[in-house]
Amino acid sequence: MVNFTINGRELTAPKGATILNAAEKAGIPIPHLCYLKDLNEIAACRMCMVEVEGTDRLVPACNTEILEGMVIHTNSPRVRDARKTNLRLILSQHNSNCTVCVRSGYCELQKLSHDLNIHYQPYPVQPERAQVDLSVPIVREASKCIKCMRCVQVCDKIQGMNIWDVAGTGSRTTVDVSYNRYLKNTDCVFCGQCVTHCPTGALTVRDDTTKVLRALADPEITTVIQVAPAVRVAWAEVFSLPAKQATTGRMVAALKRIGFDYVFDTNFAADLTIMEEGSEFIDRFTHRGKYRWPMFTSCCPGWVRFLKTQYPAYTDHLSTAKSPQQMFGAVAKSYFAEKMGLDPKKIFVASIMPCSAKKAESELPTMRDACGDPDVDVVLTTREMCRLFRSDCIIPADLEEAEFDSPLGTGTGAAVVFGATGGVMDAALRSAYYLVTGKNPDADAFRAVRGEKPWKEAAFSIPGAGDVRVAVVSGLGNTRRLMDAIEEGTVDYDFVEVMACPGGCAGGGGQPIRGGQEYAGQRGSQLWKLDAGSEIRFSHENPDVQALYRTYLKKPLGERSHHLLHTDHGAWSAGETAQREAEQDW
Amino acid sequence: MSRLEVKTPGQAQAVVEQLYRNMERRIAASPPGLCPVDMALNFLDLCRAQTCGKCVPCRIGLTQLSNMIREVLDGEPDLGILRRIEKTAQVIVDTADCAIGTDAAQLVLMGLKGFRDDYEEHILHHRCLGCLKNPVPCVALCPAGVDIPGYIALIGEGRCADAVRLIRKDNPFPTACAYICEHPCEARCRRNMVDDALNIRGLKRYAVDQAGDVPQPKCAKATGKSVAIIGGGPGGLSAAYYLALMGHKVTVYEKQKALGGMMRYGIPSYRFPREKLDAEIASILSLGIEVHTGVDVGTDVSFDELKQQYDCLYLSIGAHTDKKTGIEGEDSVGVVSAVELLRHIGDNEMPDFTGQNVAVIGGGNVAMDVTRSAIRLGAEKVTCVYRRRQEDMTAQQEEVEGAIAEGAEVLTLQAPLRIEADENGHVAALWTQPQIIGEMDKAGRPRPGTAAVEPLRIPADTIIVAIGQGIETRGLEQTGIKIQRGGALLADSSTQLPDMVGVFAGGDCVTGPATVIRAIAAGKAAAANIDEYLGFNHEIESEVKVPTPRCTDLRPRGRVNATERDASERKGDFLCIECGMTDQEAGQESSRCLRCDHFGYGIFKGGRVEKW
Repeated sequence: MVNFTINGRELTAPKGATILNAAEKAGIPIPHLCYLKDLNEIAACRMCMVEVEGTDRLVPACNTEILEGMVIHTNSPRVRDARKTNLRLILSQHNSNCTVCVRSGYCELQKLSHDLNIHYQPYPVQPERAQVDLSVPIVREASKCIKCMRCVQVCDKIQGMNIWDVAGTGSRTTVDVSYNRYLKNTDCVFCGQCVTHCPTGALTVRDDTTKVLRALADPEITTVIQVAPAVRVAWAEVFSLPAKQATTGRMVAALKRIGFDYVFDTNFAADLTIMEEGSEFIDRFTHRGKYRWPMFTSCCPGWVRFLKTQYPAYTDHLSTAKSPQQMFGAVAKSYFAEKMGLDPKKIFVASIMPCSAKKAESELPTMRDACGDPDVDVVLTTREMCRLFRSDCIIPADLEEAEFDSPLGTGTGAAVVFGATGGVMDAALRSAYYLVTGKNPDADAFRAVRGEKPWKEAAFSIPGAGDVRVAVVSGLGNTRRLMDAIEEGTVDYDFVEVMACPGGCAGGGGQPIRGGQEYAGQRGSQLWKLDAGSEIRFSHENPDVQALYRTYLKKPLGERSHHLLHTDHGAWSAGETAQREAEQDW
Repeated sequence: MSRLEVKTPGQAQAVVEQLYRNMERRIAASPPGLCPVDMALNFLDLCRAQTCGKCVPCRIGLTQLSNMIREVLDGEPDLGILRRIEKTAQVIVDTADCAIGTDAAQLVLMGLKGFRDDYEEHILHHRCLGCLKNPVPCVALCPAGVDIPGYIALIGEGRCADAVRLIRKDNPFPTACAYICEHPCEARCRRNMVDDALNIRGLKRYAVDQAGDVPQPKCAKATGKSVAIIGGGPGGLSAAYYLALMGHKVTVYEKQKALGGMMRYGIPSYRFPREKLDAEIASILSLGIEVHTGVDVGTDVSFDELKQQYDCLYLSIGAHTDKKTGIEGEDSVGVVSAVELLRHIGDNEMPDFTGQNVAVIGGGNVAMDVTRSAIRLGAEKVTCVYRRRQEDMTAQQEEVEGAIAEGAEVLTLQAPLRIEADENGHVAALWTQPQIIGEMDKAGRPRPGTAAVEPLRIPADTIIVAIGQGIETRGLEQTGIKIQRGGALLADSSTQLPDMVGVFAGGDCVTGPATVIRAIAAGKAAAANIDEYLGFNHEIESEVKVPTPRCTDLRPRGRVNATERDASERKGDFLCIECGMTDQEAGQESSRCLRCDHFGYGIFKGGRVEKW
């Protein structure tokens, strides 16, 4: 422990602690902007400067180690001046058009400027000029970038994709796509982690709400909306609802207020996914020699794009099952249309996803199986959904709870955990066990795959099938380590679940942004609680899924399933490969 | 009003003079990788401030050039702007009244040619090709990428043995480099912006002197693969060292009687004491490296035999043949090559020059080495003859100054013409043609030309030719190894030979005569690529933890320079010339380090390469 004094208070801190952490622990916050614990402690914004007695110059609190006997002042006249001047310098290159910025209200720069009482600007404001590309789901507006480098760090250190980098030199230095590429030509998986860690509106997920509003305005169109599992445990954060009011029912009620004709649940499609993917796994597992191992889950589009670009030789290890979002779209524009007597061309399927990569997934040429149109017409993120609520002046706290519509609105406990790391594996094992043995296992028998650990391993014995060795990983940096281990042969699995975002969809790139803080764990445990409290906890027991098979699909892996619910992951190219192919076409 | 006044600079002028010196140092400390267009613009703006304002092309033209280049950087114009910039600059060159305008516009023209790609990237893609790949200047400029801020911080804490361990991660020759490295690391030291570059080599010397014998780390598990290294100089032994650490079985074949290459057979012991060299080699060999000295590959054992016997070969045969001047009388008795002389000295076979007049031809470091050795071998007078000026010599200036202090004559602007022999065929004199210094060549070094002066006769008993070394390629052509024009082996930057699987090469035999640290860097690269070739991915890292940086002291302070033994005393022996730093000096000097591994860009990216 070291002893130090801060603003006249004598305190102690563990050896090696930074001034910022020690002060914060003592209830003395120090303003900061670029800092993200363990990820970006580079002292670039110079907002956290403090005065240390005996040192000529001010020092950054975020990466200066506290030393025995240090006397620190966090609000001395020099510090106040320094903070304000540096913030004004940042603002002199920032496009402060807050009124039309999607981050207004939860922008860290805006908040800091407000907190520090900045109300005039002595410097001329000259934001960087650059073009905006709306052809991809991740959008960068250079004029709003404050060069905090968080995006570079999260992409390098957490996701290991190295998409963003510092560009240029000298005072023209900025952040841009690495190696002078354009985002659409890179292997970017559009996970959106850079967006959720951006302090300002420089990185955003493309806003597609207008497309939805246009469909809602068209009387010819039947609008169908599906909501992914992880959305329900995060959306209410935006409205600061207390836990009691932060319910799925209120979210459904709000969506109905918006005017969707049918509000359905992606959980239904998650149960369907389990039926297909679980059956597929059992089929592969009982015909081991015919397949290459391990089998990978395929519900995360960020992961699918990652595997296809980084480890293309493993593409046929992916389950051919589509993701729940895409299964839903295909079923809505076939089974549902038929059942309701609707022209599938006049059905508009929208999704609410915790994810930015889902936008790219819905646009794939292979995702048009029901009627030739895209099975999912538009994908909105959790944040976009909340913006729709707000713009319609909906006060969620005041709403009566409502139920999802039928027949695509029921989901089991096994489906809702799709939103948390380990959930797909857990759900798949529950049903796989049943498919082999004809008996349900204990719904919590596979709990070893749950929890926040980034790379989990377990082995389970399924009587009649054998021992199944599984792994669950989240975050693409961790995934790369797992893939390398598989390639080197140091690990050996039968079934692997991968989620591109750390903690799974709960921490997805479309979820509410909370100052770069990680909420995946918290939201994930909400999902596991929803599972525990569910009446039905096995996908194969979902009555509407059973009805779908009975009346329409006949059986998992059957002909209709094959057409609507499975896909050829090799039929499209992504990223640099796509770019190369396009060049060859010329 | 007085008729004449004494010029006294005003206070403002004095400060400006100081700022000029600061800027000079600052430019010297520019990190590699900056956008050349941006730099050109800012240089041009400096030129703009210098214009006297009389003439149109300079006063207005330079401003318009600056405007146009700024537009390029802002990504506004199309490619046509480059023609306009070029035309405008050419008119300024053609019409400015004095050098202020002409030279400024010339800089712009040079840039348009020299980095047109950068201009075009800005115009076509609004992007910049500049980037800071390695933001720590000293590490960026060290060929082997030694963690310099890391070991300086360790020295600052008195942890010299750890400093040696950390250096060995990237360079198995800390002692050799402590004594004789050309320290390219110091060239762009950021401390230049404050006062002066750190004495990095001096600090390393302090560390190795204090650390004593530091045991080597353990080798990885034996891989069962075998590698033969041909040539036991710094490059070969570096490759051997890392390959042994990675668990491969390494055998070194050396043509000479002892290992060390040019460190033994080129560098005199007054610069690098033999016992230090021997100790360092012994430490490297302690990893279990097998050595065959006195074996000439090609004569005693064939290249193909080795290729069959080992899984992989590394060629590091150096550049040990001498170059001839080609002048008349060069075959006279008493004409020796520097390479030959230094080889004898390396084997402790000391020639006796007592009472002789010795002439040395050449102006490089080797010329200085033989000049100073000849003095120590008893020569009455040693004259170093060079065809350009002293400042044009490729030898390090401190070497030249050291030689002069020890009594050497440096005779510049004299081109060797012929060697006069006496009736016994023995050297009598060196005839030279006096030169006049002339125009700059492409690299900016002025060329000498024949002066309208009669030839000069320099009486000499011995003439030592030190005009460069070549590579011994006899016997290699037949093996299928590609030899480039000029005699160097053809290998790519990964040290791989084209069309020859399992054979790698590096060091002087690929680059031509260079430095110890460049040979070490090649050996290190070869080790990594050979390991990969053998199907492994061993990582070399150090367990030493670098101390957390504290706030740095930015008050300008003098640099601690090395001191040398008194010239009159040292010229009589082969003992080490240079004195090491004291504890006090090392403490002060290490505290000047700005820790670029942490402060600035280093903490964000590229500050430390933990393993390779």
